[in-house]
Amino acid sequence: MNTCGVVLFHTSSMAFRAEKILARSGLAVKLIPTPRELSSDCGIALQFEWAQRQQVEALLQQAQVELSQMQRIAL
Amino acid sequence: MIYLDHAATSWPKPPEVIRAMADFLEQAGGNPGRSGHRLSVAAGRMVYEAREAVAGLLHAPDPLRVIFTLNATHAINLALRGLLEPGDRVVTTGMEHNAVMRPLRALEQRGVTVVVVPCAPDGSLNAADVGRALAPGTRLVVVNHASNVVGTLAPVAEVAALAHADGALLLVDAAQTAGVLPMDIEALGIDLLAFTGHKGLQGPPGTGGLVLGKRVDASLLRPLLHGGTGSRSEFEAQPEFLPDKFESGTPNGVGIAGLGVGIQWVMARGVEAIRQHEIALTRRLIEGLGNIPGVQVYGPTDAAQRTAVVSFTVEGRRVSEIGLRLDEEHDVLCRVGLHCAPAAHKTLGTFPQGTVRLAPGASNTLAEIDAAVDAVAKVVRS
Repeated sequence: MNTCGVVLFHTSSMAFRAEKILARSGLAVKLIPTPRELSSDCGIALQFEWAQRQQVEALLQQAQVELSQMQRIAL
Repeated sequence: MIYLDHAATSWPKPPEVIRAMADFLEQAGGNPGRSGHRLSVAAGRMVYEAREAVAGLLHAPDPLRVIFTLNATHAINLALRGLLEPGDRVVTTGMEHNAVMRPLRALEQRGVTVVVVPCAPDGSLNAADVGRALAPGTRLVVVNHASNVVGTLAPVAEVAALAHADGALLLVDAAQTAGVLPMDIEALGIDLLAFTGHKGLQGPPGTGGLVLGKRVDASLLRPLLHGGTGSRSEFEAQPEFLPDKFESGTPNGVGIAGLGVGIQWVMARGVEAIRQHEIALTRRLIEGLGNIPGVQVYGPTDAAQRTAVVSFTVEGRRVSEIGLRLDEEHDVLCRVGLHCAPAAHKTLGTFPQGTVRLAPGASNTLAEIDAAVDAVAKVVRS
């Protein structure tokens, strides 16, 4: 995961829902502590491969998962 | 020992439930939704899975509209005190538990109008009577899904339709029905459903929740508690999103771990199969008790019209004496008295002496019911 993205959620419950939906579709995702420079919306954020962002967006939208923001980050 | 007090709490709990709780403390005991380390994430994931299990079992539209509470009483208080304002009107029934009546009487002191619709002596509610009690300004109808004294089922779908036609919401107290009665919140038209985790759902005490249906505008529901949620930590105002708005403070992770697995146990066995088993036990119990001279059995005669809760009295005998002798002489455990439901006992005509309540559950057998009936017969004879 050299170039990564993170999705931030208002509530960790939504993060767990997103993790489940994306992992079920075979995407490599990981729950990490929310990078401090982004927000403290909730304590955890979902890390994904930036190259898969369109799939991530499409799957979350389809499942009506409300997210607070999506960012590219350098690890 | 024959345990016939499942209406108070189910026992014994499935071994998987106990194992899940031990595993939580040993392996996944982080604070859910607070920190980002693996134990916190594991705990949070487990709480979310339990939310999905509740939503799946009850056919609730959205797991994030499942709010975990300590018990059904807590959930009912959240609904009543969160929704009702002075000047509002609320309609309820003559078969309610004090979990409903006490918060309503407290709200009455603050200007809420409380209308109680009487029920028949077997505890049954005529939906049309609720319809007649509805009047402009009625904000909420509150119905006990099944009586904790005699198991009588309320006509929830009919009441929901009438309430909605008048612009009111429906709160259902499902303490006695979640996990033992097939339930579809959407199809029944339930707007708010309060459940407990430690009865039909086979979980531990200290778990329960309030499920919000689609009609409920969560922005109009005030939280009972304000505090830390692990979200929006830079703001001192309570977050407005679900479920965080209503779940301040560290949740009962160990209990919810048990609850989630309890629901899995119920779903694996099948709610319909559990229901049929309990109807068979109840039918046998009603028939057996009815054959004992001097015993009066309360509630509907048809076991399919009630949950597995059977109350009786014995002419000229105190219920406390019967309960004690069943326990000490025959190893039959039950609950006697008023069962926290004086209103229901007034409806049944058993106030203030109360009844002896035998409440079988998923773990009981027909042979145990026969033995319990024999025990009652012996106690009554001597």
